[in-house]
Amino acid sequence: MTRRLLSGNEAIAEGAWEAGVRVGVGYPGTPSTETLESLVRHEDVHCEWSPNEKVALEVGLGAAMGGVRSLVTMKHVGVNVAADPLMSACNTGVNAGLVILAADDPSCYSSQNEQDSRFYAAFARIPCLDPADSAEALDFSRRAFEISERFDTPVMLHETMRIAHTRTMVEVDGTRADDAPRDYADNIGKFVMMPANAVRRRAVVDERTAELEAWAEDCGLNQVEMRDKGVGVICAGAVYQHVREALPEASTFKLGLTWPLPAQALAAFATSVDKCYVVEEASDYLSLRVRAMGIQLATPPAAPIPVAGELNPALVRASFGVEEPAHQPAAKDLPPRPPAFCPGCPHRLVYVELRRLKAVVTGDIGCYTLGAVAPYRAVHSVIDMGASLSMAHGMELAGVTERTGRPVVGVIGDSTFAHSGITSLLGTVYNGGVGTLCILDNRTTAMTGTQGNPVNGVTLTDSSHKIGPLDNPTGKALDLPVLLRALGVEDVAEVDAQDQKAIRAALKAAVANADQLSVIIFKSPCRLVDRRTKPAPQIKDCRKCGTCIQIGCPALGRAADGSAVIDPTLCVGCTQCQQACPFGCISPVAPKEA
Amino acid sequence: METKTILLVGVGGQGTILAGHLLADVAARAGLDVKVSEIHGMSQRGGSVSTVVRVGDHVSSMICDPGCADVIVAFEAVEALRAQQFLKAGGAMFVNRETITPVSVNIGNFTMPQNVRARLTGMGAKLIPAGRIARDLGSPKSTNVVLVGALSTALDFDADLWRTTVREGVPKKTIDANLAAFEAGRAAALEA
Repeated sequence: MTRRLLSGNEAIAEGAWEAGVRVGVGYPGTPSTETLESLVRHEDVHCEWSPNEKVALEVGLGAAMGGVRSLVTMKHVGVNVAADPLMSACNTGVNAGLVILAADDPSCYSSQNEQDSRFYAAFARIPCLDPADSAEALDFSRRAFEISERFDTPVMLHETMRIAHTRTMVEVDGTRADDAPRDYADNIGKFVMMPANAVRRRAVVDERTAELEAWAEDCGLNQVEMRDKGVGVICAGAVYQHVREALPEASTFKLGLTWPLPAQALAAFATSVDKCYVVEEASDYLSLRVRAMGIQLATPPAAPIPVAGELNPALVRASFGVEEPAHQPAAKDLPPRPPAFCPGCPHRLVYVELRRLKAVVTGDIGCYTLGAVAPYRAVHSVIDMGASLSMAHGMELAGVTERTGRPVVGVIGDSTFAHSGITSLLGTVYNGGVGTLCILDNRTTAMTGTQGNPVNGVTLTDSSHKIGPLDNPTGKALDLPVLLRALGVEDVAEVDAQDQKAIRAALKAAVANADQLSVIIFKSPCRLVDRRTKPAPQIKDCRKCGTCIQIGCPALGRAADGSAVIDPTLCVGCTQCQQACPFGCISPVAPKEA
Repeated sequence: METKTILLVGVGGQGTILAGHLLADVAARAGLDVKVSEIHGMSQRGGSVSTVVRVGDHVSSMICDPGCADVIVAFEAVEALRAQQFLKAGGAMFVNRETITPVSVNIGNFTMPQNVRARLTGMGAKLIPAGRIARDLGSPKSTNVVLVGALSTALDFDADLWRTTVREGVPKKTIDANLAAFEAGRAAALEA
């Protein structure tokens, strides 16, 4: 046994490895990403990124059906993408264990919504495990595979950002269970979900559900801790930790299994305390179910638990009328510091030019979502992966350009295009759609930490071994222009995303060509992948017009007299400000003579 | 040991995460329970960032509530003001003297706050010229370890335990520079 500080994600990877997992597959998404990045560093397990979560789950199901234990990882919105195979995999069951990690993001730290993935577990009627720290994450991850095989069902392992990204102490055993593949045998009645079989499998799932409900009562994943009998709190995951912090005297029913719920044990707990509460965050998942069991739940004395957003001990205290410690008020005069495009970011000049065009931009999921904030304010919708392209087609059908005089432009990243953009584009081409679409190909999946993807050909194994990121990918890199032409796009342009004039010309030409579908690939590597820098340029005789500053580079500021200044510690020498200056005042520093 | 809460705040890219790891490792080596909560993803790109480290015999929540931070370490002065409500009455605060102007100010949508340093010293903060110290030592990237040195004066861990942890927790080539940064930060905090 070794004592280690592990994040929830690292602990889940360790637990899966100890359980003998042979295949790990997923799509990067905060807060789930580090799980596979940690698992790939272990021996005897094949790990890969899929183009999207649906593909990942199908690969995982195939591996499990084929006889090896598989872990499939995704963020909460990824479960929406994977929902189609999930709602049939729950009926086929598995052969070897299949565990699906769903990582939720209450308060949307890095997400477009804060849905509770456990509703999917209940919908699919698959067991759902909810660890409250990294030690439990390791333990539950290991046990999830046993549960999967025992009940012949996929299992959901559910966590929130505070479990995924909190490092806590873990005793690591480090021994791996037998990972020999289970035999594969044809079983058409079980795995071919044609109507007659699906009807029979439905009955199997009904029986399994009854078995799981009985097992839940005494499964060893839930913990009743009796303290003061005046207050009893039912809770799970990180919220359990907040309840312990805020109400140390309260009795608690900590649910480690959040589907199915142990009805009898919960009823017994509720009657053993004067008042029984459910405390949960961003969701009514638990309270809905506990109420449906006929258990009387009390409302906290001072205020109901907030229905939206992440919980913390202070919010629990406030609901229960516990005084908060004295503190200063929050400062109200501070400038916001939202995330921004990095110095040299290849997305910046594209948005500068989209702003100039006054385009209506349907955007997508990635760093380039930041084109919606000042100074660009040039993204007007962000919904889900791929929506930029299909929504641009919808806007075209709505006649937005005719009515507003503004061009509609869809903007998507390379990894997101591979995830869900290809089918969106296919729909537009097939139906004779026109307009302008941009693929911002920065050669990586940047927002989640520069993972490989099908467009750059960098595999999960490559990036874990720190192979020169784009130099020698072992995967097959997608040839975007060839694919676009094969889909039927006739007007395909490739443009250097660091060349402002070329960007302007390409957008202008595409928009002018209103009767045709144009796709522009803006290509330049993310600065987190290509970290080569040049010296900061010099500014001479600045006219103080502020044009360069309005490109929103963190390295550009103003001196007291209003002239532009460059912070040489942040500047990467990309020349974006130089191109933006209308008076030619910014020029590269002459290389020193040898 | 009763649970202590340390809040590290700064701007994405300043090295708050490594500083949090060093502190967590010191507490773990001292045999304590530790929880370290970080924010990843969207929040990193030059935006405000924070890491919470809680240490003690048994740590429950990983979150720092208003009025609950025993120590705040701010890698940038405006971010120190942004975190002021988290400081416990009588808690310690170490602040890098430097400010980084956010893009929101550069593009003219907001202004920088007034009297930043006076407001900070008014609430008992110790201003540490961490960036300058690191630059003078010839290793500007070790600003975070200068602040770790300052932090070490506010917690009851043996100085040698800190030194060992820094030595084993930073890249090999930077050990000497980081140890020097640690000592300089400690000295600056004791003088301030």
